[in-house]
Amino acid sequence: MIDHASLLAVLPELILTAGGLVLMLVAAWGGDASSRVVNLLSVLTLALAGMALSTSLANGPDAFDGLVRADAFSAFAKALIYGAAAAAILLAPRYFSTDGKERPEYPVLILFSSIGMGMMVSAGDLLTLYVGLEMQSLAAYVLASFMRQDVRSSEAGLKYFVLGSLASGILLYGASLLYGFTGTTSFDGIAIAMDDGVSKGELFGMVFLLAGLAFKMSAVPFHMWTPDVYEGAPTPVTTFFGSAPKVAAVALAVRVAVEALGPAGLDWQQIVIFVALASILLGAVAAIGQTNIKRLMAYSSINNVGFALIGLAAGTPAGVAATMSYMAIYVVMTVGAFACILQMRDAQGRPVESIASLAGLSQSRKGLAAALAIFMFSMAGIPPLFGFWAKFLVFDAAVAAGMTALAAFGIAASVIGAFYYLKIIKTMYFDEPAAAYEAKGGAVENIILTACAVVIVLGYLLNPLLDQASAAAAASLF
Amino acid sequence: MDGFPILSLMMAVPMAGAIACLFAGASTARWIALLATLADLVLGIILWINFDQAGSAAQWQFQEYAPIFGRFAWALGIDGIALMLIALTVFLMPICIGASWVAINKRVGEYMAAFLFMEVLMIGVFTAQDLYLFYIMFEAGLIPMYLIIGIWGGAERIYASYKFFLYTLLGSVLMLIAMMWMVHEAGTTEIPALMAYNFNPHVQTWLFLAFFASFAVKMPMWPVHTWLPDAHVQAPTAGSVILAGVLLKMGGYGFIRFSLPMFPEASAQLAPLVWGLSMVAVVYTSLVALVQSDMKKLIAYSSVAHMAIVTVGLFAFNQSGIEGAMMVMLGHGLVSGALFLCVGVIYDRLHTREINRYGGLSINMPKYAVLFMLFTMASVGLPGTSNFVGEFLSLMGIYQASSWVALVCTTGIILGAAYMLYLYRRICYGEQVNADAAAMPDLSVREIALLAPIAAAVLWMGVYPESFLAPMRSDIRALEARLAPAAPAGDSKIKIGAPKPAGEDHHEESAAHGEAHS
Repeated sequence: MIDHASLLAVLPELILTAGGLVLMLVAAWGGDASSRVVNLLSVLTLALAGMALSTSLANGPDAFDGLVRADAFSAFAKALIYGAAAAAILLAPRYFSTDGKERPEYPVLILFSSIGMGMMVSAGDLLTLYVGLEMQSLAAYVLASFMRQDVRSSEAGLKYFVLGSLASGILLYGASLLYGFTGTTSFDGIAIAMDDGVSKGELFGMVFLLAGLAFKMSAVPFHMWTPDVYEGAPTPVTTFFGSAPKVAAVALAVRVAVEALGPAGLDWQQIVIFVALASILLGAVAAIGQTNIKRLMAYSSINNVGFALIGLAAGTPAGVAATMSYMAIYVVMTVGAFACILQMRDAQGRPVESIASLAGLSQSRKGLAAALAIFMFSMAGIPPLFGFWAKFLVFDAAVAAGMTALAAFGIAASVIGAFYYLKIIKTMYFDEPAAAYEAKGGAVENIILTACAVVIVLGYLLNPLLDQASAAAAASLF
Repeated sequence: MDGFPILSLMMAVPMAGAIACLFAGASTARWIALLATLADLVLGIILWINFDQAGSAAQWQFQEYAPIFGRFAWALGIDGIALMLIALTVFLMPICIGASWVAINKRVGEYMAAFLFMEVLMIGVFTAQDLYLFYIMFEAGLIPMYLIIGIWGGAERIYASYKFFLYTLLGSVLMLIAMMWMVHEAGTTEIPALMAYNFNPHVQTWLFLAFFASFAVKMPMWPVHTWLPDAHVQAPTAGSVILAGVLLKMGGYGFIRFSLPMFPEASAQLAPLVWGLSMVAVVYTSLVALVQSDMKKLIAYSSVAHMAIVTVGLFAFNQSGIEGAMMVMLGHGLVSGALFLCVGVIYDRLHTREINRYGGLSINMPKYAVLFMLFTMASVGLPGTSNFVGEFLSLMGIYQASSWVALVCTTGIILGAAYMLYLYRRICYGEQVNADAAAMPDLSVREIALLAPIAAAVLWMGVYPESFLAPMRSDIRALEARLAPAAPAGDSKIKIGAPKPAGEDHHEESAAHGEAHS
C-alpha cells in the first residue's frame, strides 16, 4: 500500500518522469523539427519540478519506508541540479544547429538524467542509491556520444561507459559487502550496525563504496576519464557534466558518509582528506600544460571537487553546509564559464576549443572577455569575486574542526591553481589578438552568462540566504 | 558629520567612475577619472577636517556598520593612522591619473577603470573594521594591479605580472587561515575587538608568522622583495607610483593594525628576526641600488631599503619608533611616487630607463633638475624634507631597543645618499654626451602641476610634521601601551637627565619615563 505522503514526497521525480515520457513521444513523432518545442517544454518541466520541491519537503523527510529521503538537503541539491540541467538545455540549440541538426532527444535525455540525480541525492538506501546512479549514468553515456558521427564524441561515450561500468561494479561490490556485514541496505540501519565499532568487512565495503562514488565525482585517483570525456563530448553536454552530475555525486557522497557511515567517521575522514588534497594538487598541476579549454575545465573540475571535499573532511554540520555552498557557487561559475566557451566560434561559426584562439579577445569581444575573466578569477578564488567565498567556507569549516594543517596545505595549493586561470586571462588581455571570433554571441548564451557574472560579482549579498539554506540542508543530515 | 557615511561615499565615487570609464571613450574616460579622483580628494580633505584629533576623542571615528554579508559585515571606521594613509591615497590618485594623461593611449577606458577600482580597494583596506572585509579588500587589489602591469607594462610585463600576483597571493592565503582561527577563537570578526583580545602566546607565534608571510611580501622585506623590482620596472609610471606610494604601505599598515596589537608577545619574541631581515635589507639593497643601470630598478631597491627603516621603527615598540615608521611611510609614499614621476617624465621623452642614455639635463631641463634635486634630497633624508623626520624618529626609537640595529640601519642613510646622489649626478650633471637627451624639452605645465603639489607636501611634512603626527599621536600611544608589557628590554639603557630649570616633580617623571624604555 503506497501512501499519499510518499507519492507527494517524490513529486518532483514524478513530474520529471511524466514530462520526460511525454516529451519522448513528442520527439519520436515530431522528429527534429520539434526540438525547439521539446527544449522549451523540458525547461518548463524542470521548473515545475523545482516548484514541487516545497511540496516534497512538506511531505518528507522519509518516504517509502525510508527508501527515499525528501529533506532540506535533497531539496538544496535538487534545486542546483534542476537549475544546471535547465541551463544545459538552454545553451544547446545554438551549438547543435551549426551542423544543421538539432535533436529533440537531447533535452529528454537530460530530463531522465535529472530523475536519476534526484534519486541519488534523496537516496536513503543503497538500492535507491544504485538505481539513481545508474539512471543518471545511462543517460550520461548516451549524451557523451551524442554526436555519433564524430569520432571524439563516440570515443568519449565509450570510454565513459566502460570506466563507468567498472566504477559501478566497484560500488556494487562495496554495497554488497556492507549488506553482508550489516544485514541491511538502509542507511540508518548501516549506521546502527556500525555503532558498535567498524569491522574489517564493513571497512572494506566502505572503501569500495567510496571509490565508486569518487569515480562519479571525478576525484583523484578515479579521475582519469574526466579530461577525455569533457573534451570529446559536445560542449553543451560538457556543460552539463561539469555542473549537475557533479552536484549529485558530491551530495550523494556527503549523504552516504554522514548518514550511513557516520559512526565510521574517523575512517572515512582519512580517505576524504587524501582524495581532497590529491584532487586539488593534481587538478592544479595537470591543468597547467593544457592547450584545450575543455580539458582545462576538466582539470579545473577535479580541482574544485577537491576543495568541496575539504568541507566533508571536516565532518561537521558547518563542513557539510560549506560543501553544499561550494557546489552552489561552483555550478554558477561553471555554467557561466561554459556559456563563454560556447561562444568561442570562428568567423564561420564553427566551434573552437584551443586556448590560444582566445588571444586578444579583450579587444575584439570586450564583454565576453570580461565575463570569462570574472569566472576565471573567481575559480582561482580571488576576492571580491564569489568563488573566494566558496573556498573561504570550506577552509573555515576545516579550521573550525581543528584541521588547520589541512586548511593551510589546501589553500597553499590553491595558489598553484591560480596560475592556470591567470594564464587564460593573460591570453585574453595581454597577448596580441589572434583571428577574431564571430562578432556576436547568441542571446540565450549572453543572458545566462550575464546572470552568472552578476551573481559572481555581487554574490556576497546572497550570503545570508545561502548560509541559511545550506545550514538547513546540513542540519537535516545530522 | 554624524551618521553621514562619508567612508562609503569615498569608495562609491571611484567605483561609479570606474564603471563609467568602462563604457566611455578615451578622452571622456580621462576626464571622468580625473573628476572622480579629485572629488575623492575633496572628500578626503573634508574627512581630515572633521576628524577629531583631541586626545580625548574616540579612537575610531566615522564608523559605519551594516551586517549585509552574513558571516561578516560592511564595517568601516578610521583612526588617525588610517586617516593619514587615506589622505596619502587620495592625494596621489589624481596625480596618477594626470601622469597617465598622454602616456597611456591604448585601452584608456579600461586603464582608468582599473585605477579607480584600485582606489576603491585601497580606501577599503584602510577603513575596513571587519577582519574578512579587510582581507577581501587587501586581496582584491591583486586583480587591477595584475591587469595594469600586464596590459600597459613594458617588455617583460607578463613575467612581472605573474610574479607579482602569485608571490603576493601565496603570502596572503596563509594569513587567511590564521584569520579564520582567530575568529573562531575570539568569536568576533571586528578588528577593534580583536586588537584587544589576548591570544595564547604560544599560538601567537604561529599567527604572527602567518600574518608576517603576507605583510613581509607586501612590504616588501628582504628576502621576499624580489617581485618588487620586476613589478616596478615593468609597470607604467602611474602603476609604479601607486605601487610604491600606497600598496607597499598596506604591509606596514598591516603590521600596525594586526601584528603588533594582536600578537604583542609574538612580536616581541620575533622582533630580532624582523630586525635582522631589516638590517640585511638596508645594507644589501642599498648596495644593490648603487650598481643599477636602470633608473626604475634603482628606485625600487631604494624602496626596499626605506621600508626596512619602517619595519625597524615599528618593531622598536615605542612611540617615537612607531611614529617614525608612519612618517617614513607617508614621506616615502610621496617621495618615491615623485621619483617615479621624474623617471616617467624623461622616459616619455626618450623611451629608455638606462641611466647612461641621459646626462647633463640641468642644462636643457633646469626646472626638471630643480624638482628632481628636491626629491633626491628628500629621499636621502635631508633635514627640512619629509623623510628626515621619519627616519630620525625611527632610528631614535630603535636605538632605545637595540643600539646595534640602530647602528647598522643608520648606514642606510649614508648609502642612500650615495646611490641617490650618484644617480642625480649621472642624469642631471656632467657633459651632455647624448644629443637626443640634450634636445629634450623642459617640463610641461601638466608635468609641473603633477610634481609641484608633491614638492609642497614634502616640504610641509619636513618643516611642520606636527600636522601629520597630531592625528596619529593618541592612537600610537594606545598601541605603545598595548605593547608595553611585552616590549623587549633595550640595550641602550637611556637615562634621561634632569632638565635644568625643571622642578622636582618633573624630574621624577622623566626618570620614570626613561626607565620604562630601559
